[in-house]
Amino acid sequence: MSNEVEHLVESQWSPKVVAFVCNWCTYTGADLAGTSRLKMEPNVRVIKLPCSSRVNPLFIIKAFERGADGVIVSGCHTGDCHYSTGNYHARRRFAILHDLLQFMGVEEDRVTFAWVSASEGNKWQQVVNETTARVKELGRFSVLQEHESGELR
Amino acid sequence: MKELQDLTRKLLSDESVNVVIGYEAGPRGMRPAFITSPEQASNLVFNIHCVQNLATYLNPRRKQITQLGKAAVVVKGCDARAVAGMLREKQIERGNVVIIAVRCGGVLQNPETDSELTKETASVRCASCTVREPKLFDHIVGELPPEPPVNTHRVEQITALERMSSAERWNFWTEQLSRCIRCHACREACPMCFCVKCTAEKTQPQWIDPSATPFANRAWQTMRVLHQAGRCVDCLECERACPEHIPLGLLARYVADAVERRFDFTASDDPSVAAPIGVYRTDDDEEFIR
Repeated sequence: MSNEVEHLVESQWSPKVVAFVCNWCTYTGADLAGTSRLKMEPNVRVIKLPCSSRVNPLFIIKAFERGADGVIVSGCHTGDCHYSTGNYHARRRFAILHDLLQFMGVEEDRVTFAWVSASEGNKWQQVVNETTARVKELGRFSVLQEHESGELR
Repeated sequence: MKELQDLTRKLLSDESVNVVIGYEAGPRGMRPAFITSPEQASNLVFNIHCVQNLATYLNPRRKQITQLGKAAVVVKGCDARAVAGMLREKQIERGNVVIIAVRCGGVLQNPETDSELTKETASVRCASCTVREPKLFDHIVGELPPEPPVNTHRVEQITALERMSSAERWNFWTEQLSRCIRCHACREACPMCFCVKCTAEKTQPQWIDPSATPFANRAWQTMRVLHQAGRCVDCLECERACPEHIPLGLLARYVADAVERRFDFTASDDPSVAAPIGVYRTDDDEEFIR
């Protein structure tokens, strides 16, 4: 690619954000945000799962490997889990994952954890917009840069 | 030493066990020994060079050892925690293993060197030791030696890493993990890694690329350490097994600290205490969740 084209591509860059959401609260909440016609950044790709406890940390790692620049993980507020205790278990795993990712050098803002209920369309809008803005600020996930430079795979 | 050898002789001659797993002198320091007859018992030793965590040989996956029959295993306090972990996770039955605990005054970081225990040479894992005299045992031998000197090297390294920026930490781990050849020796040495099929070997779907690429190396270690959260006994066998000298102990310790800070849990030699992942409290910390 010539420098000009490269520059053009770079200036048009917009982050890819993957959202792992629970079927019962956040997905419905996101649906509400949509039907309420709330304006949201189009960068987020929603993946619906049965429960936030279905989110294996490997999903997040895989998302980054496949080119995501940011990840949102969202489910029911604690106490509201459709399966009673799923999100309590998930919360423990996320806590350790959150700490470990930071220790290994992933910026905290790349991975957003949020509880969004079925009635919180507004909160979903906020989570989407703020996460996208912060990831935009951080720029590309460096793994992707390594991929593209061709030096490393 | 004599106490340990006599006990071994007794256990083997009255056939209460078929093999005693302990330490003997080898060409490069101490090595694991599998004593099957009373005559060999005099080979057994225990000293500051005995770093290996022998609990790993109780792993039912290790058929060449389990086929020897009922085992007695020589454990330090830290290793007793691994036995407790295996009991907690139903990998072994309490009635099927005889635990010979030794009172421990610390071991060397590098067992091949011939030095005394000092602040520099003591193993970093002895710094946070609370189980020099374990509670989980059938027989306990030796006198309780004085407390080992505290090697603060690892704590300092972790603090230094925590002070760095994200980018600096990223670069640090990229550099360290770039040496990884994905031999999975860290997993093989680990007493707490006993899945019949490891996620790293699954191909449908393939979670982690088996080749040694920067991202796959990072993904592999992240997964391994996460699976050890609240289970790791901090025996540092992963780091010692690593042919590329990747400081895996830093990851292990960091996660153990996080588990302690968040869930008020430290790996102990009490198998009846539930591991923190798999249970929960309704008031767990969630400052990181929006």
